[in-house]
Amino acid sequence: MVNSEMISSLTAERLTCARGDRVLFEDLSFRVKTGQALAVEGANGVGKTSLLRLIAGFLIPAAGRLVVQDAGGESHDAEARGKKIGWLGHQDGLKPQLTVAEQLAFWAALYRGTADPGVLAEVGLARQAELPCRYLSAGQKRRLALARLLVSQRPLWLLDEPFAALDSSGQALIAQVMARHCGRGGIIIAATHEPLGLANESLKL
Amino acid sequence: MSPFFTLLARDVRLAARSGGSAFLALSFFALVATLVPLGVGADLRLLARVGGGVLWVGAVLAALLSLDRLFQGDFEDGSLDLIALSPLPLELTALAKMLAHWLSTGAALTLLSPLLALLFNLPPAAILTLFLSLLLGTPAVSAIGAIGASLTLSLKRGGLILPLIILPLLSPAVIFGAGAVSLTLDRLAADGALSLLAAFSAGAVLLSPFAAAASVRLNLGG
Repeated sequence: MVNSEMISSLTAERLTCARGDRVLFEDLSFRVKTGQALAVEGANGVGKTSLLRLIAGFLIPAAGRLVVQDAGGESHDAEARGKKIGWLGHQDGLKPQLTVAEQLAFWAALYRGTADPGVLAEVGLARQAELPCRYLSAGQKRRLALARLLVSQRPLWLLDEPFAALDSSGQALIAQVMARHCGRGGIIIAATHEPLGLANESLKL
Repeated sequence: MSPFFTLLARDVRLAARSGGSAFLALSFFALVATLVPLGVGADLRLLARVGGGVLWVGAVLAALLSLDRLFQGDFEDGSLDLIALSPLPLELTALAKMLAHWLSTGAALTLLSPLLALLFNLPPAAILTLFLSLLLGTPAVSAIGAIGASLTLSLKRGGLILPLIILPLLSPAVIFGAGAVSLTLDRLAADGALSLLAAFSAGAVLLSPFAAAASVRLNLGG
């Protein structure tokens, strides 16, 4: 990761999120600094995914703002913020017809990241590289989505239920990958029901 | 490879793989072009007269078959979120997708059309005009279709509404395209009709990425 792309902090100032007439949360403020992880907790339907989509810039806050502080100063622009985000949504975004290696090569090229073949070995999919994704289990798809997150080389990770569908070795893998990302100065915001296994802050919605 | 061509190559590959849209569109086009002469009968003059129009309508409908999935597949499996966060602007994403759609349907249909034109007893000069008109006109089908596809991408049965939105907008392409073939049959110059068709296509390809991108943005927030 290039140093100039690093984010020193992400700050939410009195965010309000509304879907239609329904207000999901109001006056939400938090700050995450480089090297920190934030676990977003709360019951189903309370707005965890909406908060992640707000940060990604897909949703526009009804009130309040998000500020990214980096080497270039403060930025409020959602489009610019999106280019710093590594996204692991609750859907895996994989095509059943394409092989594991083809998918990873596509996403790496789209994000201009490096398609390091070692990434597949790291997530435990080296033997499945030539297999079309329709033959993968839910957990294996999750591992491939994690490999994509790694090749995207983005400083700000937004993870929606990162442990979903993973076995215990997969959960350990993701915890290890998250710890390494924070150790390198990245930022993680994860919507989760389980402890992240990191020295993280938590935000209760 | 740049992100633009990466996305283009991946969409063409998906269309060409088993269960893809390219083969479906070609088969549909070939079936329509075979059934109409069977229905109309062996009046060769009549067949030549309706040939241009039938082939043009067949090509538009064949291209329409796969249009509703242009953004919808990526929207439903979460890929569109990831594409939106990539360095590629959504306008170029829309352009790459419509170009991929054109290559896998419009361009393929154009290449097949001279063969099918023989079923309508079209003379060589009219076949050439038909080929040129499809080559110039089918990009407009993919471009205007992309606007419709982006508007209906979050609707479960969007494929049913899509033709209602875009077919009226495509009528100029059918009028000029089939008109050019008729002019050639009457031994008149078809340059004017072809030029208007090219202008219509150029305008559509230039403007529709902006409209489609705006509509995709709205749907991602919905």
